[in-house]
Amino acid sequence: MTELKITGAQAVIKSLVEENINTIFGYPGGAIMPIYDALYDYTDSINHVLVRHEQGAIHAAQGYARVSDKTGVVFATSGPGATNLITGLADALIDSTPLVCITGQVASHLLGTDAFQETDIIGISAPITKWNYQITKAHEIPSVIAKAFFIASSGRPGPVLIDITKDAQFESMQFYYEKCTKIRSYYPNPELNKDSVEEAAKLINQAKKPFLLIGQGIMLSNAEKELKEFVEKSGIPVASTLLGLGAFPKNHPLYVGYLGMHGDYAPNIKTNECDVLIAIGMRFDDRVTGDVSRYAKQAKVIHIEIDASELHKIIKADVPIHADAKEALKLLTASINKNQHDLWLEEFKSAKKTEVDTLKQSAEILHSEELKMNEVIELLSEITHGEAIVVTDVGQHQMMAARYYQFNKSKSNITSGGLGTMGFALPAAIGAKFGAPKNTVIAIIGDGGFQMTVQELGTILQSKIDVKIVILNNRFLGMVRQWQQLFFEKRYSFTEMISPDFVALAKAYSIEAAKIENRANLKDALLKMLNHDGSYLLEVMVAKEENVFPMVPTGASVSEIRLK
Amino acid sequence: MEKIYTVSVFTENSIGMLNRITIIFTRRHLNIDSITASESEVKDVFRYTIVLRTSKEQVDKVIGQIEKLVDVLKAFVHEESEIVHQEIALYKIKTDNLTNGSVEKVIRENYARILTVDPMFMVIEKTGHVEETQLLFEKLKPFGILEFARSGRVAVTKPMKELSTYLKEIEKSN
Repeated sequence: MTELKITGAQAVIKSLVEENINTIFGYPGGAIMPIYDALYDYTDSINHVLVRHEQGAIHAAQGYARVSDKTGVVFATSGPGATNLITGLADALIDSTPLVCITGQVASHLLGTDAFQETDIIGISAPITKWNYQITKAHEIPSVIAKAFFIASSGRPGPVLIDITKDAQFESMQFYYEKCTKIRSYYPNPELNKDSVEEAAKLINQAKKPFLLIGQGIMLSNAEKELKEFVEKSGIPVASTLLGLGAFPKNHPLYVGYLGMHGDYAPNIKTNECDVLIAIGMRFDDRVTGDVSRYAKQAKVIHIEIDASELHKIIKADVPIHADAKEALKLLTASINKNQHDLWLEEFKSAKKTEVDTLKQSAEILHSEELKMNEVIELLSEITHGEAIVVTDVGQHQMMAARYYQFNKSKSNITSGGLGTMGFALPAAIGAKFGAPKNTVIAIIGDGGFQMTVQELGTILQSKIDVKIVILNNRFLGMVRQWQQLFFEKRYSFTEMISPDFVALAKAYSIEAAKIENRANLKDALLKMLNHDGSYLLEVMVAKEENVFPMVPTGASVSEIRLK
Repeated sequence: MEKIYTVSVFTENSIGMLNRITIIFTRRHLNIDSITASESEVKDVFRYTIVLRTSKEQVDKVIGQIEKLVDVLKAFVHEESEIVHQEIALYKIKTDNLTNGSVEKVIRENYARILTVDPMFMVIEKTGHVEETQLLFEKLKPFGILEFARSGRVAVTKPMKELSTYLKEIEKSN
């Protein structure tokens, strides 16, 4: 136990050191200046990444947390600095990403006076944080920060915001740090109900057509190995949600595809043909289920989930198991019989063939010289052996990456799933590189999303990191245009986009760049990008009006998935 | 099917709890009929009593979201038959208007009581269910009501077990 008298601002930094934090994404400003001043003494042990906009800081922290097992840390000032974090907070909450965001606040005597750069960030962020807290007294700082890290990273992870008034940052206090491991009103580690596991095992042992759906929860509980053991013993086909991609290798013989609106044909139609549906660490998002009144009605549902409020929220579970995925899987694997479901698996394979053949036919009919998004991604996947960290933005390119990149490694698919935040990819890729510096990090972004957070090229310039950026430019907000084509009689209302010279823009930030328009140059261009020492931007001009298929239209059942 | 539900929430005594709880209803476009909050029988544990009209399915989901809040210890939902509840209403009436004598009958018949008498006004108090306090309101109307205030519902549960065992657990953990 060490006790010494320091300022609140110094206590913030010392608390972060106690939590083994060595990377912070942030942007200084008036109300957080004492904390930045304290940080100045730690430049050799803490790497502060200066972003160009606070939204960039929080998305970078998300990318950082998603590739590593660490909690992302963000600094921002009061008022606009704090409100610029909002999109990232909402994104991190819905996608279960552990973050601790520290915002400066006006001095406590100015609270509620409409002081310069004052905003009620506690009120504003309440619905989009797992927990938030305003500190007005320096002595609260260590215990609140300890609590913040515990809450952010335990149970179902999520973002926490701590707002610290400027006077609390200046005030002196006795520093004493103790990690938080328990809060009496917070129950992050549910006790596994063994009877439920037995009940689930019984259903699985009797099942003729069992089907397993996995989500990000597998990775959040580090249960990849336990999942593989369960799948290989039970012989159950596995499909993944968008955020679950990578938790189970795509090249495994029991992997049968990607779920949901732009997912694969087989797992969507088989959802309504299976007899036992096992869902682990996923929350039946509407993009996965389509019409819930026509979703897996014939099946017994087993739902393993750490967040109790997700059980029965969308799909009523016959056997709900409120538990950590890893713990539940271990016990479940021990309780099931070794089995194989060859005929059932054949059904998936033949459905997959239907999909592949139809998509191939459609491509032949189009027979265009123009490059397609999927071929860019397939080639990229081949060259990188499906082992790069791929960070995607939101839209058609995101669905194409989910469909055609191999994702053979866990925590290698970083994308904004629940919130669908355009502008996520560039800053998240920067954060991902800091979180996994030895890995190749590739951001795949559309021409629209890239321009939402394009200022973060400045962060790449200043922090000299190596991020590969592939812009799939179709000169449209492609996904919206696709919907306009299919559901709004091709009335392309404000979806056509004129973009600047991305290559020149990258070069202005001293980032090497190239642009290609032909298939013949694709492989060389990708290799050149990957072999380049440092960041690189490759703009690929792709077909203007390509659509993502398969597709489950809004309101349709997963069985009604369209192949063209 | 929509019904009246009473939600009881037990929380830590932290700033902003009321906001955290109510925004869960707001987000689902649910209107709260009444809400009261006060310290419970356990020191520093606050009890919120929220009344709303909705479906069982919806209220169960709301309970799930409320319990997910870090500072919430526990939330319960009850149907009308499972609770004993009460509200309080205060009626301020001009003293002059009460001299015709018939007010005594109204007070007696409604089991109301007079809290204070001032040369200018008097205050009548009535506890009961909303229908009862409303009935007295109608009866006093002819006398001219200067001011009227009614509390939200407070409620205790009929099943003894769940709540008392639960609160004991909280006390033990202190």
